[in-house]
Amino acid sequence: MANNYRYIGKDTPRKDARNIVTGRAQYVDDVRLPHMLIGRVLRSPLPHANIKTIDVSKAAALPGVHAVLTYKDVTDATWGIPTHMKLLDKKVRFVGDAVALVAADTAQIADEAVELIKVEYEPLQACYNVEEAMQPGQPQLYDQYPENVIPQISKLLQNVIKGDVDQGFAEADEIIEGTGCYECFPNPLPPEPPGVVAYWERPDKLVAYVACQSLGLNKYLAQPFFRMADARFIATQCGGSYGTKNANMTPVGFAAELSKAARRPVKIYYTKEEHFAAYSIRLSCRINARVGIKKDGTVTAVAGDWLVNTGSGSEAAPHEIAVGSGELQLALRCPNWNLRTKVVLTNRAPTGIVRGYGGQELKSSILPIMGMAMEKVGVDPVDFFKKNFVRAGDEYFWRNGKKYVYRGVDFSPAIDNGAAKFGWNEKWKGWGKPTSVDGNKRRGVGVGIHSNADVGEDDSEAWVKLTPDGRALVCVAIAESGQGQRSSLCKMVAEILQLPLEHVNMSFPDTDGNPHEFALVGSRGTFTIGSAVIQAAEDARRQLLEMASRVLKLTPEELDTEDGWVFEIRNPKNRIPWRKATGLTTTLLGKGRFDEDFTLCNFLCQFVEVEVDTATGVVKLLNVLNSAGCGTVISPNYLNGQLHGALGAAGLDTAIFEGGMLDPTTGRMVNCNMIDYKWRPFNDLPHFDNMFMETPIPSHRFHAVGVGEISTSPGPGAVLMAVYNAIGVRIMDYPFTPDKVLEALGKIK
Amino acid sequence: MPDKTKINLEVNGKQYELIIGKDITASDTLAETLRNNLGLLGTKISCDRGACGACTVIINGEAVLSCTMLTVECDGIRVTTIEGLEDPKTGALDPLQQSFIDHTAFQCGFCTPGIIMTVKALLNENPKPTEDQIKLALSGNFCRCIAHYEVLKAVTAVIEGGNYGK
Repeated sequence: MANNYRYIGKDTPRKDARNIVTGRAQYVDDVRLPHMLIGRVLRSPLPHANIKTIDVSKAAALPGVHAVLTYKDVTDATWGIPTHMKLLDKKVRFVGDAVALVAADTAQIADEAVELIKVEYEPLQACYNVEEAMQPGQPQLYDQYPENVIPQISKLLQNVIKGDVDQGFAEADEIIEGTGCYECFPNPLPPEPPGVVAYWERPDKLVAYVACQSLGLNKYLAQPFFRMADARFIATQCGGSYGTKNANMTPVGFAAELSKAARRPVKIYYTKEEHFAAYSIRLSCRINARVGIKKDGTVTAVAGDWLVNTGSGSEAAPHEIAVGSGELQLALRCPNWNLRTKVVLTNRAPTGIVRGYGGQELKSSILPIMGMAMEKVGVDPVDFFKKNFVRAGDEYFWRNGKKYVYRGVDFSPAIDNGAAKFGWNEKWKGWGKPTSVDGNKRRGVGVGIHSNADVGEDDSEAWVKLTPDGRALVCVAIAESGQGQRSSLCKMVAEILQLPLEHVNMSFPDTDGNPHEFALVGSRGTFTIGSAVIQAAEDARRQLLEMASRVLKLTPEELDTEDGWVFEIRNPKNRIPWRKATGLTTTLLGKGRFDEDFTLCNFLCQFVEVEVDTATGVVKLLNVLNSAGCGTVISPNYLNGQLHGALGAAGLDTAIFEGGMLDPTTGRMVNCNMIDYKWRPFNDLPHFDNMFMETPIPSHRFHAVGVGEISTSPGPGAVLMAVYNAIGVRIMDYPFTPDKVLEALGKIK
Repeated sequence: MPDKTKINLEVNGKQYELIIGKDITASDTLAETLRNNLGLLGTKISCDRGACGACTVIINGEAVLSCTMLTVECDGIRVTTIEGLEDPKTGALDPLQQSFIDHTAFQCGFCTPGIIMTVKALLNENPKPTEDQIKLALSGNFCRCIAHYEVLKAVTAVIEGGNYGK
């Protein structure tokens, strides 16, 4: 969209681009401190067992070993929602659970020491699915959770109960019941494994270099693990997170405890196998739902039970349920709800914070049931989504259980524009009908949507520091994990202060030198952090013009600033450089703050076309089109990258081939490596288009909200719909691997 | 008889001598040696099992996964890493690096050095590859953010710019 901005909406190189392409960007494994030790973790071979005895004497005696720790030595603090997971426990709950920690001079010595630890286990019965886990008599994973059910959290939206569902079903023309299963346990799998380097600067102050997305969140949630000591958290360049590195608490705790015991810096850097088997995976969801629908596509009632398998621990499951439930209401304008949820523990790896955060899981399981309802009344899904998406003035419950009224824009043009460019009307032949058939090859199309009001979640603070040499430093404690947000914030400040972009930079990302910042999550960076940064830049500009006004003997209103000069608006030749306004010994500090606001949301509509080979069962993705609504696009090149991310991070491909496979006889994951775990390579790319609807959103002076997070979310449901249309049989259990497709077609049993 | 206690290799035009048992162990991979002994941290280790391409370097002109080679096997080889692409005198970037900047052909950037080295080896051998040849060459490079489309644009721009294959 044409605008008069100098930087906003323009493609500008990332601030860190040169460091990335030259190999200079410093990731956590590149942190090398004097006398640094390498930490390693002994992991459980059993899915469920009590530790009867543990003997570390041989390991501790190995030359080069500086610390060996078991559950007897470390803090018994807990984390998670609700808090329940310890760093080390006298019980193991999944294959790969941590049993003991070692710090040694080298990785080889640490590995050798790990093998010298002798553990005697008392095996317990393990279970991997929710029905089994809830049965009476099943061993409990945690003493405090009977029947392995995690209690609901009163301060969060745990059930959507609204209106009168009986009346809603009575008003419906059709009532549809179904079960959707999104139970593939995929791993978002950033290329860089989780890692931390920690040391104690003072006995009561920890310094931690973390590969993370969110410094503040990392520090505050991990604090119990370093016994509430003071801490400085430093963000390294982050080699991918997709939500998961918000949940660094366990490796932070390991490094903190080991470095305390060894009195040396310790690096914990997971192997890829640990990353697969023992770190944040996506929630597993199943939903049994009933929906009432009218012939015109109006939804009259939604009722259902949403069952979550959170594995052996819940980093955030109740909170993800809260966000997912909020997001579903944005997509379904229905007055009558009775959606109830349950979180169940099983002996799989703990699930965690992952891009899509509850909403992707819920939509992927329930929208296919909606699809059955749409088919019953003969409604086109594009018309359905347009009709049922939130409109200004609509109310919804958000994650904290409170009600909000939407005050944003109408996103239906984004659906129309996307459908037109994709050629939906030409390709859509009706429910269960292929777009085309060529021998064994049957094509089908599908569409999904997603939206999140977490674009305004949580509070942010920012400072903008002006120096007399005509430069600005943006002080915000956020990491760079790939979104380009650190570069986009500089563009906002450069726009307000009219500085050359190279004269605006971000402060060093740590928690000591910057004001409070919570996290770079939920696509919140553009709106929340952006608002705080904008306010700080405006505050700094106001102070600058006030100081200059005293020198120029004019009022601040008669002045403006550009390229490090302050000038008289009516007579731009009457100007002074910043240093003449401020003097050489003054730093101007503008401050900004943003308070949580859940009344706006972003929007993404995703169209897909697949080709199913009915002879082999292979589903091939041919075509993806994203139509996003996020107000003004700040950085088109960064946003395009984020939207292409639909194919990564346990996104769309969880419908086609991605998933964690567990051997139920041993509890081991059998594809904990990058050959057996399937991912999409360069030579299997679909055609891909992105488009943006830039109708200004009433967020801040640039009228923008973020949308990057949700690109992974509409895809699975859209692929499900497309496969159904291609082959005429609906598969409700992801992913649609060749065996499931052939089974659905009756070709194999 | 060659000296079996030392490994001599050339990395980015510099000669290195590594003593087995002192500088390196018999189990060290080339990726570990580049990072831990030579301080060349631009080469990334991700899967460490030859399946993701993050550790790709150029050995005697070919793209090789440095996590799959033992350093003790590397006597006499010539290695180029991501650090070796800049002009050693002027610091000028390789056109490929500049094109990756211009096209924002990365997100988190962790896989980028491996991707650039893979493409560099391809272009040295074939300065005018087709898009399918580029995709095939990169088929072993894991990128989870999905910068694939921007990478293809960046590589195509370099090929079309004609300032390659020098």
